[in-house]
Amino acid sequence: MKIPSGKVFRNDAYAKVTGKAKYSDDLKFFNMAHAVPVYSDYIHAENLQVDTGAAEKSAGVLKVITAADVPGSVRFGQIEQDYCMFADKKIMYAGDVVALVVAEQRSQALSAADKVVVSADPLPVVSDPEAALSPESPVVREIKNSNLMNHHKMRRGDALQELKTCDIVLQEEFSTQFIEHAYMEPESAVCVPRQDGVMEVYGSMQHPFSTRRFVGALLGEPLSHIEVYQPPTGGGFGGKDDTAAIVCARAALAARLLNRPVKLTYTREWSIRESYKRHPYRLNYKVGIEKSGRVKAVQVRMISDGGPYLSVSPWVNWRSTAQCFGPYTVDNVHADVLCAATNNPVTGAMRGFGAPQVNFAVEQISDIAAERLGISPLEYRRINMVKQDSETVTGQVLDTHTVSMEQVMDRVADEIGYEEKLRKCSRGTSEGDELYGVGLSISYRGSSLGAEGMDFCSSVINCQFDGSILLETGIHENGQGSESVMLLLLAEQLGVRLDRIKYKRSSTSNVPDGGTTVATRGTIMGGGAVTAAARKLKQLMADNLNDILQCRPEEVRFEDDHVLGPDSDSKITWDEAMQHLFLKRVYPYAFGSFQAPDVSWDEETGQGDAYFTYVYSCQAVELTVNKSNGKIKMQNIVAAHDIGRAVNRAMVLGQMYGGITQGVGMALSEDLGIEDGRFPHLDLNHYKIPKARELPEITGIIVENPDPQSPSKAKGIGEPALELIAPAIANALYNATGIRYRDMPLKVNPEDLNLK
Amino acid sequence: MSAEQTTPVLTVNGTEHALTEAELNMNLLDYIREVLNLTGTKNGCGTGACGSCTVLIDDAARRSCLTKVSSVVGKRITTIEGFEQSDGTLHPIQQAFIDAGAIQCGFCTPGMVLSAYSLLLKNKHPDREEIRKGINTNLCRCTGYQQIVDAVEQASKTMYP
Repeated sequence: MKIPSGKVFRNDAYAKVTGKAKYSDDLKFFNMAHAVPVYSDYIHAENLQVDTGAAEKSAGVLKVITAADVPGSVRFGQIEQDYCMFADKKIMYAGDVVALVVAEQRSQALSAADKVVVSADPLPVVSDPEAALSPESPVVREIKNSNLMNHHKMRRGDALQELKTCDIVLQEEFSTQFIEHAYMEPESAVCVPRQDGVMEVYGSMQHPFSTRRFVGALLGEPLSHIEVYQPPTGGGFGGKDDTAAIVCARAALAARLLNRPVKLTYTREWSIRESYKRHPYRLNYKVGIEKSGRVKAVQVRMISDGGPYLSVSPWVNWRSTAQCFGPYTVDNVHADVLCAATNNPVTGAMRGFGAPQVNFAVEQISDIAAERLGISPLEYRRINMVKQDSETVTGQVLDTHTVSMEQVMDRVADEIGYEEKLRKCSRGTSEGDELYGVGLSISYRGSSLGAEGMDFCSSVINCQFDGSILLETGIHENGQGSESVMLLLLAEQLGVRLDRIKYKRSSTSNVPDGGTTVATRGTIMGGGAVTAAARKLKQLMADNLNDILQCRPEEVRFEDDHVLGPDSDSKITWDEAMQHLFLKRVYPYAFGSFQAPDVSWDEETGQGDAYFTYVYSCQAVELTVNKSNGKIKMQNIVAAHDIGRAVNRAMVLGQMYGGITQGVGMALSEDLGIEDGRFPHLDLNHYKIPKARELPEITGIIVENPDPQSPSKAKGIGEPALELIAPAIANALYNATGIRYRDMPLKVNPEDLNLK
Repeated sequence: MSAEQTTPVLTVNGTEHALTEAELNMNLLDYIREVLNLTGTKNGCGTGACGSCTVLIDDAARRSCLTKVSSVVGKRITTIEGFEQSDGTLHPIQQAFIDAGAIQCGFCTPGMVLSAYSLLLKNKHPDREEIRKGINTNLCRCTGYQQIVDAVEQASKTMYP
């Protein structure tokens, strides 16, 4: 069945718009107890003592759990097992949990939590990543002898030598800040011990399979003893992996120790305090350019703040390395990307994953370079950008898909009228109260995990005797609409009515581990698995129905809710087809999997086929700056992304608008203000994510060059949408004020404007 | 006067609920969620920043997390569960949210729908800037608000052609 264009489809829209959708905190079980976490006032300390005596005597308290009560491993992690699920002898950062108070009522647990007495010997706080890497710095992680968490390199050509011979050498430094995911739903978990010994976990999370590993580690139980369900999840944006999994693990431990259901729901305060953030980066670029405008050599050093636990920092930094000079071809690159352990908040995955920081630098450098060369910013980009069959900075030849970088840039430049508006920019002077600027940026983004991870996913199609169909995949719904995309793809593949198919409630005990729903891999990987399973099912059906249809199996077609032979005379309805199959003792059931095409990476040179395909993006913005107060007002945004193919058009646009908005927040308003590992505030009143009035109308342009390596022809949109608006804003700000702003969040001091 | 007549009462979605002393001291959000089990009203921040807990108090959109039950005794509260018509038909605002693709994670959606309702009561034909102003106190991290503004615009046309 063809997907009707322009129609919005979401299988969960009705439940969500009526308030019927049950998120984790909305669940109640008989005899359910309530848990709350306890934090300390320390940032970095040793000889931790937790006195739970008074709390245990508090009304309604059932148990106060500390590291000493953990039957399994108190430490776990996705890469390294260093993440303390309960603080163990040391405090590593403000968000370390020293105890979990479990009581009959949440209010009782909350008042008992105040009675837990924590003492420890303070240690010097390591809060500056650069200083953390000096040999004199105290070492944060005792399992290591230095604060260096990882060091990725790229050694391509001889950049250091070539930089000496370039006509122009730019030296630029940029910095980015911690970013809070600020999903609207704080973490929550409800764990229910089942009579067969299995621990059922209902939680707000992005990666049920990772959650299962965290729970298994803390409980010291095999994966088969834990069944993780994902109720509707109120946003993730990369943020509901480690912390969300640990919240589930703690609730599971309480449920196991008390042998009754336990709910652990976070307040916003706890969520901000404990959850991991986007890595702040400091980026130093040296870019050598020839008079022709061609970039000849790039040297870059990036330092990111890894916080006290590794989480997925090496993978985040790896993407920064593989995409260290944006969508441009350069023959000589010398890159070092480092991550330093500190006592600041944990940093990990967030939508964009090491790309927004790099793009913030690279795309401002593009405008700076163009100005130095005296050419248009579009011209500079055209000269240097990847084109069909180009070789990327990692040495990968882009010959497996349509390289549409230029097409995408031109679509945005034309739509917004970039060249014409560029001439109208204020550059620091205007007659009125406002300064006007337009800015643009481009990016390419490797789809899915790339050479950083194991990339495969599966899907199960289970057709029923009555013609209805159950679908399941290893990809999970975080609000982005992944289930809807899978349903649409299956309906299209089988040529059946959409309402025949029900998406099964996800459970880690049903489908195999499909990896995490991150890295813009939901549609490409899950869609690939659905397509693969559908092909197998159709083959099975063709082999068993061709006699009824009086044709060869390869002639069987699937259209309009029917199974057909080569001519339309021989056809049966889908319902009839199912009855025939069951009468033949054939299960119309298929398991399909999709494995990402091969990728490669050499750690020493930073060369290889980093990703099997790329999404091409361009975003542009118009803004005004008030001369008297420096206030920045966004006036217009245009974005174009080549995502291969749009499966659910309205949701693709929704991803664009939402991603852009998160990027606007990063660029202009979001700041946790962390100093020496301490948060001055733990609420959304001070951490300012964009509001409706702060945004302009956004025009989204979907560019579709079907990707031959994606079974569904689709790529993805989640992260590309976020990763490049910040430099476009910085470029527009420069064009408005004549001042280059290199540190996020971007703030215009009106006094600086008057100096101009 | 008999004792019953002085019992404080709260009307939620058309049903009257007698309030105990303990319930009077609760905040409205906890009362709605924990006592009445109406979980469509969400707790996103607890500090009045996000608007996920928005309910209608005598048709005005208010944050239930900052409202004491005792302060709204005798008033008419509408939560998202009381927003559909009695035959189950969706309110035009709800339908517009579905049709415009205004829903992603859905956590802000109930509050957003109720704020939109309150806005359209006061201003039947708001322009897009007025819609943004009307929903400005409701945070959404998923949608960038664009399709929510589309939805409210569409609902206004359906409700007041």
